[in-house]
Amino acid sequence: MNVTIRVWRQKNDQSEGRFEDHEAKDLNPNMSFLEMLDVVNEDLTNAGKDPIAFAHDCREGICGTCSCMINGKPHGPESGVATCQTYMRSFQDGDVIVVEPFRAKAFPIIKDLVCDRSAFDSIMHSGGFISIRTGSAPDANAIPIGKEVADMAMDAAACIGCGACVAACKNSSAMLFVSAKAGQLNLLPQGKPEKDARVLNMVATMDEAGFGNCTNQYECSAACPKEISEEFISKLNRDYLAASVKSVFKAVPSTMG
Amino acid sequence: MNILQVLFKTSIGKKVLMAVTGLIMVGFIVGHLIGNLQLFAPPEKINAYAHFLEGLGPALWAIRAFLLLTLALHVWMAIQLTLENKAARPKDYTSQQTLRASYASRTMRLSGFIVLAFLIYHLLHFTVRIEGFGTYPHTTLLDGTPVRDVHSMMVFGFQNVWISLFYIISVGLLSWHLSHGLVSMFQTIGLQSRAWSNFLSKLAVLFSILYFLGNAAIPGAVLAGVVKIENPEVAGYVCPAKCAVCEAKKAKT
Amino acid sequence: MILDSKIPSGPLETKWEKHIADGKLVNPANKRKYEVIIVGSGLAGASAAATLGELGYSVKCFTFHDSPRRAHSIAAQGGINAAKNYQNDGDSVYRLFYDTIKGGDFRSREANVYRLAQVSVNIIDQCVAQGVPFAREYGGLLANRSFGGAQVSRTFYARGQTGQQLLLGAYSTLSRQIGLGTVKMFPNSEMLELVLVDGHAKGIVTRNLNTGAIERHSAHAVVLATGGYGNVFNLSTYARNSNCTAAWRAYRKGATFANPCYTQIHPTCIPVSGDYQSKLTLMSESLRNDGRIWAPKKEGDRRPPNEIPEEERDYYLERKYPSFGNLAPRDISSRAAKEACDEGRGVGETGLGVYLDFKDAIERLGESVIKERYGNLFDIYKEITNENAYEVPMRIYPAVHYTMGGLWVDYNLMSNIPGLFVTGEANFSDHGANRLGASALMQGLADGYFVLPYTIPHYLAEIPRDPAPPTSHEAFSETEEEVTTRTQRLLTNGGKQTVKSFHKRLGNLMWDYCGMARNKAGLETAIQEIPKLKEEFWDDVNVPGEGSELNQSLELAGRVGDFLELGELMCRDALAREESCGGHFREEHQYEDGEALRDDENFSHVAAWEFKGDGNAPERHIENLEYEAVKMVTRSYK
Repeated sequence: MNVTIRVWRQKNDQSEGRFEDHEAKDLNPNMSFLEMLDVVNEDLTNAGKDPIAFAHDCREGICGTCSCMINGKPHGPESGVATCQTYMRSFQDGDVIVVEPFRAKAFPIIKDLVCDRSAFDSIMHSGGFISIRTGSAPDANAIPIGKEVADMAMDAAACIGCGACVAACKNSSAMLFVSAKAGQLNLLPQGKPEKDARVLNMVATMDEAGFGNCTNQYECSAACPKEISEEFISKLNRDYLAASVKSVFKAVPSTMG
Repeated sequence: MNILQVLFKTSIGKKVLMAVTGLIMVGFIVGHLIGNLQLFAPPEKINAYAHFLEGLGPALWAIRAFLLLTLALHVWMAIQLTLENKAARPKDYTSQQTLRASYASRTMRLSGFIVLAFLIYHLLHFTVRIEGFGTYPHTTLLDGTPVRDVHSMMVFGFQNVWISLFYIISVGLLSWHLSHGLVSMFQTIGLQSRAWSNFLSKLAVLFSILYFLGNAAIPGAVLAGVVKIENPEVAGYVCPAKCAVCEAKKAKT
Repeated sequence: MILDSKIPSGPLETKWEKHIADGKLVNPANKRKYEVIIVGSGLAGASAAATLGELGYSVKCFTFHDSPRRAHSIAAQGGINAAKNYQNDGDSVYRLFYDTIKGGDFRSREANVYRLAQVSVNIIDQCVAQGVPFAREYGGLLANRSFGGAQVSRTFYARGQTGQQLLLGAYSTLSRQIGLGTVKMFPNSEMLELVLVDGHAKGIVTRNLNTGAIERHSAHAVVLATGGYGNVFNLSTYARNSNCTAAWRAYRKGATFANPCYTQIHPTCIPVSGDYQSKLTLMSESLRNDGRIWAPKKEGDRRPPNEIPEEERDYYLERKYPSFGNLAPRDISSRAAKEACDEGRGVGETGLGVYLDFKDAIERLGESVIKERYGNLFDIYKEITNENAYEVPMRIYPAVHYTMGGLWVDYNLMSNIPGLFVTGEANFSDHGANRLGASALMQGLADGYFVLPYTIPHYLAEIPRDPAPPTSHEAFSETEEEVTTRTQRLLTNGGKQTVKSFHKRLGNLMWDYCGMARNKAGLETAIQEIPKLKEEFWDDVNVPGEGSELNQSLELAGRVGDFLELGELMCRDALAREESCGGHFREEHQYEDGEALRDDENFSHVAAWEFKGDGNAPERHIENLEYEAVKMVTRSYK
């Protein structure tokens, strides 16, 4: 099969970008979308042109590196997969496929289809953890955790941090990401002691990073390659509200001012 | 961070304000609709209700001020959130698919804006009663006390097809706004799960439809002639046959 | 060169405890004065960075990924072993130790492996406390599954995403330290050289992949946690960007490279479907718990699998290895699949594949149980092949998956260069000639959380308590010069052939001559061909773009340049090791029934190669493997 890709080219965050059309010929429908880009890049290199920069690594849908907006949907037409798991059989012979980078103020473009998602890391630094010193953990079976809770936590933990939620949201909101990360830890007994501080800090960092606000449309969840549910956003809202209200009324130890 | 900072400065806080103000206004419009539906009862009923409300005096003003403040907060937060959301994506996609978002959710700003415009008109029309807005400064006697004839005012107003049409469209848009807003509220204050949300969205749609039908019934009934002006002092009063008052009027002339 | 493993004296069970007790400590107030560079942020790197940061050292952690969370540890599916004996099925530290030693075909260090088994239990505790959502039973306790090479259920798992969850756990503790300022994180930074000052590892030179900036970083010690080198084969289950550059640069600076020929070929991967392929995808070994592997009995049987009657199917693993059956270790299962295909009994379009069939398990347990256990793997299989494995058996074929070889380290995980530590897959120490399933995650985390934090102080306490050398030191300028020259040469080479085309050619040579089965003639051919390919590469490679921006071709060019040298070394090592053991199978050395024939008399040692300059043959050193606690036996899974 043959397709044309209309791909976004941009030298860096400062420069203006534009679309370029490239032909991808003699493709096998079982090729992945990224393998199709490999083919185009080999052609570009052989023609003495600059190949298209695109983020990729594991190519099995788990590292969360790949990040293209394909025909107006993050990670391409199929649901529940990352770009690297999108196969050419999802397109028709002769298609013109529009490929853009994820766009958000908090995700500045580095080059072509590659954007900087370090804002996610900053959110994690501010609270996406349980403070446990190495070597000081009690026996793993000391605290039983019901299967349902463990499974819910696992549902949230499936997040691969790709940023499709931000890319799909018309407000570039990062609520699904933050809610998945916070939700996993808040659900587990181990995460309870730091629950309030966690949500307050993570949301504050999220706000600072310049993400938009959630308008409860759940495009994020629909675009998520791991199909993480918007229920976690509701949980984050609840945990955040509870933490805020508690912070008004709860007594604090004298050492904490 | 104190609670005011949370509410006014953080993304979740602002949305909570949206949700809570929205909820208060939903409470108000439900009460308002129930009040209005008294139009289907004899005129004394609704006129007495209006008289009672006006008799609240300072309390009425407090309620009005509270509602206006609620509305102002709702609009203010909407504007702030919208501006932030626009800023969060400085460059838009060339093409972007809609994956799941309902049509209502995507037109909240538009529906909200039109409803706001209607609301201003509506207040000028029936509450402030400015000349030229189809005002109707009539009184009637209720148990011997002169009270404002709200019944006639409403019927008179809705007998104008254009006013009725504007009213029906706006109430329709408000219902549309609510069909997303109601569910959204629960999500924002954190009382949502997938199973419950399915039920809730259906409930919200049902509520919105009922709300719309209830409201639309009023101008509908007026236009259909089911509800008529019943104050003979008022222009547009169509006399039923063998009416004592008319007979008296006729006799005078 | 004498390779001193520094194994502590005394009985096996108490070596580690004794070693900790004997070691020197760094005063808490002095810890922050010591700087440690950690290259790599996978399980081994992130866990070490977080733990050392928490202890008070000044840590700098580097990764070429845009976030530490993306390291390829994330892709491990099946699980992590630990001798918890939660299943009451007779597991113990000794049994895990013995299984690992035996699985490694008696080519690993006893003391290291015993320590690994000892700390395995702490890892699970640590991860659960971090919030890793391991699978649980209805009662709320942790669930286990079985894995290849073991007859107990000791593998902990989180759906099919165990590596991801463990890495995210390590990443979360690392994130905490970054937030606290004890660890400074350098993402998008690829280490391109190691800096030696007076023979000690004191720094690295990196390239910022987004800006192209070449940077110098100094420290008191350098830790390489940079993973394995399986991408030398081009097609593998590794992430596309996994590479050997950091380790290879250290090798060229004098660190010896141990057992480079030990590569693991994983038996259950999705077969190659075409020339365009960039990546092979693994189907977790855990599938072998419930799936049955078979090939048609008849040669060239092209009927659809469901039309081949039971009596015409050869469940070859169950037939050959009745006691372990489908759970035979990876090297054995892989070779058995290759044999079936070599006999013309392979399936699928290319004839390079065998079936992994769930029909019986679905009949026995129901589809919902299979879905619960392996749902996401079945989904991955469907995405890639467009086939429904609930209805037709999966097609699988072996693929390069892990490298047991790596930089040589002693018991302290320090290489022969003082101050250069190597952890995780990047070192050679714990898996011998073959790694058992669910042991890589265990080793990465053991090294990072529980070994390195105890052993690095031994070194730091012994060196002078001076600040780390300034980056203006001439060793840094010279090293930076090497990096700049090499990068410039690649960019201005003006050749005709793409980097990828060289990678592909190298991969084909390696797979053909240094893959699942190796022989003298083939290896000699490869040792001739690879240097020629390397020469052609430096003559004719075409690297487009500039050095001062994101340039993925340049990144790959540097890596392929190093793979071309490593590939040759692997073949040399495979040629020198005149025996078959674990992942290294020499056709000349096998029993009549085709089982690997080890030569314990002559090859019970680690081979560590020393770089002797470009154009000179590297020198092979040996470290003898002494077995005190276990008796070497012929590995049998029959």
